[in-house]
Amino acid sequence: MNALLHQILSGLATGGIYASVALALVMIYQATHLVNFAQGELAMFSTYIAWALIEAGVPYWGAFALTVVFAFVLGVVIERVIVRPVEDAPILAIVIVFIALLVIFNSMAGWIFTYTIKPFPSPFPTEPLFGNSYLSSHELGSMGITLVVLLLLFVFFRFTPLGLAMRAAAQNPVSSRLVGIRVGWMLALGWGLAAAIGAIAGMMVAPVVFLEPNMMGGILLYAFAGALLGGIDSPGGAVIGGFIVGVLENVVGAYVGTELKLTVALVLIVGVLVVRPSGMFGQVHVNRV
Amino acid sequence: MKRSLVRIARWAAAGALIASSLAGAGVYAQAPKYGPGASATEIKLGQTMPYSGPASAYGTIGKLHTAYFKMINDNGGINGRKINLISLDDGYSPPRAVEQIRRLVEQDEVLALFQTLGTPSNSAIQKYVNAKKVPHLLLATGATKWGDPQHFPWTMGFNLSYQSEGQIYAKYLLKNKPNAKIGILYQNDDYGKDLLKGVMDGLGSANAKMVVSQQSYEVTDATVDSQILTLQSSGADTFINITTPKFSAQAIRKAWDSGWKPLHIVNNVGASVGSVLVPAGLDKSVGLLTLQYYKDPNDPQWKDDPAMLEWRGFMGRYYREGDPKDASNLYAYITAQLMVQILKQCGNDLTRENVMKQAANLKNVKLPLLLPGMTVDTSPTDFYPIQQGQLARFTGTLWQGFGELISTDVK
Amino acid sequence: MAAPAPPSSAIDVRKLAGVALAFALACALPFALGSYHVFQLTLVLVYAIALLGLNMLTGFNGQISLGHGAFYAIGAYTAAILMDKAGMPYWATIPIAGAVCGVAGFLFGLPALRLEGLYLALATFALGVAMPQILKHKSIEEWTGGVQGIVIVKPDPPGWLQLSQDQWLYFFTLAWLLVAFVVAWNLLRGRIGRAMIAIRDQPIAAQAMGVNTAIVKSMTFGVSALYTGVAGALGAIAIQFVAPDSFGIFLSITLVVGIVVGGLASISGAVYGAIFIQFVPNIADKLSKAAPWAIYGVILIAFMYVMPTGAAGFVRLTLARWFRRRGP
Repeated sequence: MNALLHQILSGLATGGIYASVALALVMIYQATHLVNFAQGELAMFSTYIAWALIEAGVPYWGAFALTVVFAFVLGVVIERVIVRPVEDAPILAIVIVFIALLVIFNSMAGWIFTYTIKPFPSPFPTEPLFGNSYLSSHELGSMGITLVVLLLLFVFFRFTPLGLAMRAAAQNPVSSRLVGIRVGWMLALGWGLAAAIGAIAGMMVAPVVFLEPNMMGGILLYAFAGALLGGIDSPGGAVIGGFIVGVLENVVGAYVGTELKLTVALVLIVGVLVVRPSGMFGQVHVNRV
Repeated sequence: MKRSLVRIARWAAAGALIASSLAGAGVYAQAPKYGPGASATEIKLGQTMPYSGPASAYGTIGKLHTAYFKMINDNGGINGRKINLISLDDGYSPPRAVEQIRRLVEQDEVLALFQTLGTPSNSAIQKYVNAKKVPHLLLATGATKWGDPQHFPWTMGFNLSYQSEGQIYAKYLLKNKPNAKIGILYQNDDYGKDLLKGVMDGLGSANAKMVVSQQSYEVTDATVDSQILTLQSSGADTFINITTPKFSAQAIRKAWDSGWKPLHIVNNVGASVGSVLVPAGLDKSVGLLTLQYYKDPNDPQWKDDPAMLEWRGFMGRYYREGDPKDASNLYAYITAQLMVQILKQCGNDLTRENVMKQAANLKNVKLPLLLPGMTVDTSPTDFYPIQQGQLARFTGTLWQGFGELISTDVK
Repeated sequence: MAAPAPPSSAIDVRKLAGVALAFALACALPFALGSYHVFQLTLVLVYAIALLGLNMLTGFNGQISLGHGAFYAIGAYTAAILMDKAGMPYWATIPIAGAVCGVAGFLFGLPALRLEGLYLALATFALGVAMPQILKHKSIEEWTGGVQGIVIVKPDPPGWLQLSQDQWLYFFTLAWLLVAFVVAWNLLRGRIGRAMIAIRDQPIAAQAMGVNTAIVKSMTFGVSALYTGVAGALGAIAIQFVAPDSFGIFLSITLVVGIVVGGLASISGAVYGAIFIQFVPNIADKLSKAAPWAIYGVILIAFMYVMPTGAAGFVRLTLARWFRRRGP
């Protein structure tokens, strides 16, 4: 029983990682109705910037804030400069642009920062809370940060006019323009916010998995799965989905065996989607003929 | 009459002198022989390296080789010939490796292949290069199958073989902790399974009783935390850690954080102080055991070692962008030195046959960055250049070797 | 944005001439180039067949798949196991590999019927990610060779032909490409093809008109997987090696890049896409030693800017403009 509890808690910790990246994916989907496959690499690249700042002597929270701002600006610039020219192209063409961005950022990070793993500091104390051996303070702390970001997002989308404008622009750009919403800048804002959330996720993930250019590769699939499991248009659902995926992965690995972990975990996820095709908390879309 | 005799004698003497000097010249100034990729001014070598993809951390090895050969060329080259290393990216993908190697052999026509990296890539090209009779030297992988001159006479590995390493750990445990309950974490690929086989073979019939848990992981996994927990809950008091640097660091840290303190043996690939123990936490790594066969650049005991200082000088002058804390960079240096030795032994006969012959003719070669007392030896029936290692224990600051140099005889 | 029309039933003489010219060129090349380049061209042909398969599913039928590398892998391993363990001659393994993948694709397509767009993308992505691990599993290790993979013996040309091994493999693959293209062309301009496209563009209207969407969609998955499986088998014979590491998620993503760059819903697009995915990484390598994939990404973005509907559409437009200027 103790072992199972341990695995579940550890799964929640890994799930926290997936949940934070899933949030960034949901953010970009809310703003643009597209899933940005380059989200992980952008987050990784931003984390490297944070690392460089810390190496240069900037204290942790200063580097954190600067990195979030940098990521925001980077997201806005990418949307306006790189994504805008293909806005009206078929969806798959845009997806290819995302894949290109993924490859570019991964390659650039490797070139600039080399491929050796680097330790990334955690702002949380090294001693575990109450001396427990289940979850480190960092794992608890990053889960907390993910929930705070989730809360901020929820408030932003539900209660601020800007959030409403963004949702409108993504759902119905033509009508939004008629109402006076600057759709182009809403998209850019969405990208910026998603990149900022991604950067935070990266900085929370790096102390656990160690910073290296391929750090986000394995995470992206599970984050994607978590986001879809919870419902791609529900930030809360995505976070819950991320946690579920993390626990599932751990428990399946421990009790079914690690040699088929990927297959079993993903069969389960796909199984849920077949039963509830819009995810657990997603909105069911009714298409008018 | 006497005058003609003297004249004959003089002619005979002159003739003898000319004949002997011709013979002498023949011995010392043989006409040079060139195979593909070699000429009076150039020696072409080829390799594939994972400059992109999941193993890209090892790309630094190819970059160091390029820097090293530049240094050799700056100092006159080998017997006056410059080395031209063509190093191509295969992304750790076998089909791409096949494509690149075919290019190196059929288009660039290199003299020999040097330190092609990765077991899957090398498995893909082994049959081809042997069919084409291209020397396939000093492979950058520890798979045991590279030392098989009977079936693959053109392929020769370099690393201490993984199975040898596994067997050494097994023998150590049988001798010092025969009642151990062993948990093993291994990477689910060629390298991990080779080491695992070495351990299991080394334990012999005792392996069923002693090994209580085996957990694998994929290179695409985010963490190995779950596997560590499973191993811990299996009751194992000994942990054999067969992982690559990133996962090794995670394993060491997670074991510590979960309060699990087994006898922890970490494999050579995942034992570098700079790339693994520092990120994991030096305090969490005290008491770790590993097998070494070359000096760790982060080990303070080699601080003033002349060979280490020479390597650092090289890094500073020729490979500034390389990380001096990365043990791969020291490993690459040793292999490059050995290649230069082979080429030097070739003299003026730079055919592929002779390169292979010289590679199989390394006698008592001392490379000062290997552990003290080690030598490199090969013969036409022994295609394992490195067959010695020493166990070491981590003190918190350095890897302290203990016991004598162990020789292996895994074939 | 109007999707390109399906191949019309009428036979366009100019188009046929173009195809004949391309075919003549394809037959001449292996005699003009060295064996390394012939090998590379064989890989182009292999990719073209795979891309044709994926294009049928994604371009013509609108079902996105990010995991087609898995079917490529199944085809490759089927051929390798049959040759290595059952001693079957290489030419017999191709149709069997196709059949196995066809069934696998159909079976996967059935539960996938419930999934749309992103969710289908995730499910296929999961398949692509999980395949290497499945291939390594110890229960099938005896056949697959586990992590070590299987080495395949290179086939020899028939005695009465004066060709090198590489040239023979090229023509063998070219023959299969021809068969694949003709079958696809026939399929797509017929009733089933129209049903596929109708499902892509107006699924509910198609259903209302009496199209059995479930059967057509599953069948399309099956046929698409069949094509990719055939490509995988041919690819395995060309490379002479299969291992789990050869078939990771990057292969699936490369195939998607190939169909988009080549041109969705276009048969000739498969060839353009194949040329791109085979040669552009090599070009990027030459341009930059330090960050070749960054160059690849930039080239990819440039392609999407200049020809968002793919190379096939671009070529068609250019030729149309050229012919218009010159008159009929």
